[in-house]
Amino acid sequence: MTVTYNFAYLDEQTKRMIRRAILKAIAIPGYQVPFASREMPMPYGWGTGGVQVTAAILGPTDILKVIDQGSDDTTNAVSIRKFFGRTAGVRTTTRTADATVIQTRHRIPETPLRDNQVLVFQVPIPEPLRFLEPRETETRRMHALEEYGLVQVKLYEDIARHGHIATTYAYPVKVDGRYVMDPSPIPKFDNPKMSDCPALQLFGAGREKRIYAIPPHTRVASLDFDDHPFERWRHPGRCALCGADDSFLDEVITDDHGTRMFVCSDTDFCEARRAAGHGPDAPGATAPDPARGTEASHG
Amino acid sequence: MYVAVKGGERAIENAHRLLAHERRGDRSLPEITTAQIAEQMTLAVDRVMTEGSLYDRELAALAVKQARGDLIEAIFLLRAFRATLPRFGTTLPLDTAAMRIRRRISAAFKDLPGGQVLGPTFDYTHRLLEPSCSDPAEPATAEAAAGPTPRVTDLLAADDLIETTARPAGDGGETPPGDLTREALTFPAERDLRLQNLARGDEGFLLALGYSTQRGYGRTHPFAGEIRLGEVALEFFAEDAGFALPLGRITVTECQTINQFKGSASTPPRFTRGYGLAFGHCERKAMSMALVDRALRARELDEEVKAPAQDEEFVLSHSDNVQATGFVEHLKLPHYVDFQAELGLVRRMRRDHEAASGSSREASSDDPAPEQIREAAE
Repeated sequence: MTVTYNFAYLDEQTKRMIRRAILKAIAIPGYQVPFASREMPMPYGWGTGGVQVTAAILGPTDILKVIDQGSDDTTNAVSIRKFFGRTAGVRTTTRTADATVIQTRHRIPETPLRDNQVLVFQVPIPEPLRFLEPRETETRRMHALEEYGLVQVKLYEDIARHGHIATTYAYPVKVDGRYVMDPSPIPKFDNPKMSDCPALQLFGAGREKRIYAIPPHTRVASLDFDDHPFERWRHPGRCALCGADDSFLDEVITDDHGTRMFVCSDTDFCEARRAAGHGPDAPGATAPDPARGTEASHG
Repeated sequence: MYVAVKGGERAIENAHRLLAHERRGDRSLPEITTAQIAEQMTLAVDRVMTEGSLYDRELAALAVKQARGDLIEAIFLLRAFRATLPRFGTTLPLDTAAMRIRRRISAAFKDLPGGQVLGPTFDYTHRLLEPSCSDPAEPATAEAAAGPTPRVTDLLAADDLIETTARPAGDGGETPPGDLTREALTFPAERDLRLQNLARGDEGFLLALGYSTQRGYGRTHPFAGEIRLGEVALEFFAEDAGFALPLGRITVTECQTINQFKGSASTPPRFTRGYGLAFGHCERKAMSMALVDRALRARELDEEVKAPAQDEEFVLSHSDNVQATGFVEHLKLPHYVDFQAELGLVRRMRRDHEAASGSSREASSDDPAPEQIREAAE
């Protein structure tokens, strides 16, 4: 028994259905468009929404990059890249600058995106109000009425309890002044990159059957208060490999005595810097100190 | 020394090879064939076909083998294959009244047209391990019942004692049933989509929910009106030919429960129904499905919705085991980035906490012991 699959796995009818949902999503920035998500050959939660969006927009001349946690080499990124290598035969790359389609889980690349690129996010829970209101019927009504007081109250309660907003990732944003949107579980460090981005940003949630989008150059504001403005956060200090002091860092534990080092989460960014001669001994390099705390910058 | 997380590709390939090796088990034993699974693990195959939403014993048996007997994994394999299949059309509704009966029981009537047919059932076996079960005696045979075997609910409906249809008012059957694999499910959902969802739903989840209704969480006073197992004809209306073509027969299990309903100002008291249908022999599934179907009709029947089994969004959003297992197990995927962000927050909050508790101790204590102050300062 031989089984043959269509280009990029999905049949053309399904792709058309997904493209219609994508077009609607682009027309209504930040609005979650229901779509008839298919069972994909990888499990729900592994990026089936992103994979379906990528499959629907991929053409034979595209160059695909897949990252997970900022890295091209994490197992799931490898697995998805291989899937499209096999079913679509498209060229793949790890270089952000060379890619036309970038599928990502949990990060936005550090290298600024361009207008000929599409960033596809894998989304676990598309509903930014879900943990405040579990019912879909209710949250859809709240979006329709632009009734977002509940999120502001949640953020306010954070401030009342902790003195600051205690949301570190999947930090809610307002798109084009209308829909509150879940940016997927990216660290809030990445939130400002979404605003006025020249690239098209598409979000696919397979299990929850939703697609949404941020068209190029759309205003995306992280929710905050005038007296408690949005704060970016990264581990303070420099990457131990390339010396970058402006990238999001991963903490790597190197022995069982609490020794740790901090390296760029975006592996392509880090490699490119090292190839360009940057190293840990950059002038003024300091070892990061986790106890030093927040390095805030307004974004 | 920093070891970069490289080599994901090699790791995956090696993991797949190891998986195939483990699947095969002890190579001194003969390899199990899919035909053996299809013939001797029939109920596993039936469950995989039902929840996999694809009637194909051969592929379901292959899925069971490939999944090393993990039925949810097998269901997933079948579903992923099903998603790639083109749709030629929809068959005519099954006529389960015309079923070739292999098993048919009613807990509501002692005897009835067509009789009670026990069939192949575990019901009255003693659950004793029997090492000699490998060589069973030939089954006894009997004359097939001559007359028809009408459905119990049809007999009751003849006296207007049970609702005849649960279609929404104004729908005479001209609206084709929905398909949640072709359009995203939205709420509130009508009964066609609810039943489709339940038919694909996890047996264990529906069993627990059905059980909960029996224990008082949304009680509906059910009777097993009828459970029947057998083969039904599948027909497809071909536009070109202008008549219905027989496609063959499939095995199904059908369960209809009879449930209490007090009536309302406009309707006299009569029984209501819960409905369950599964591919192959899936009795537990069909019964659980019927209980949950009835519980989910609370809104339609003006009953108070207060138990989990009556809560449409709760039940329908969590019944699919392929979705559930994917999302639960995705916690195995790396979450370094989110965790790093949370780690930063916890450290900051601990620092704030220490600072606050340090200052409050100083403020509240009249004469703190020196070691207490040092501890607070650390």
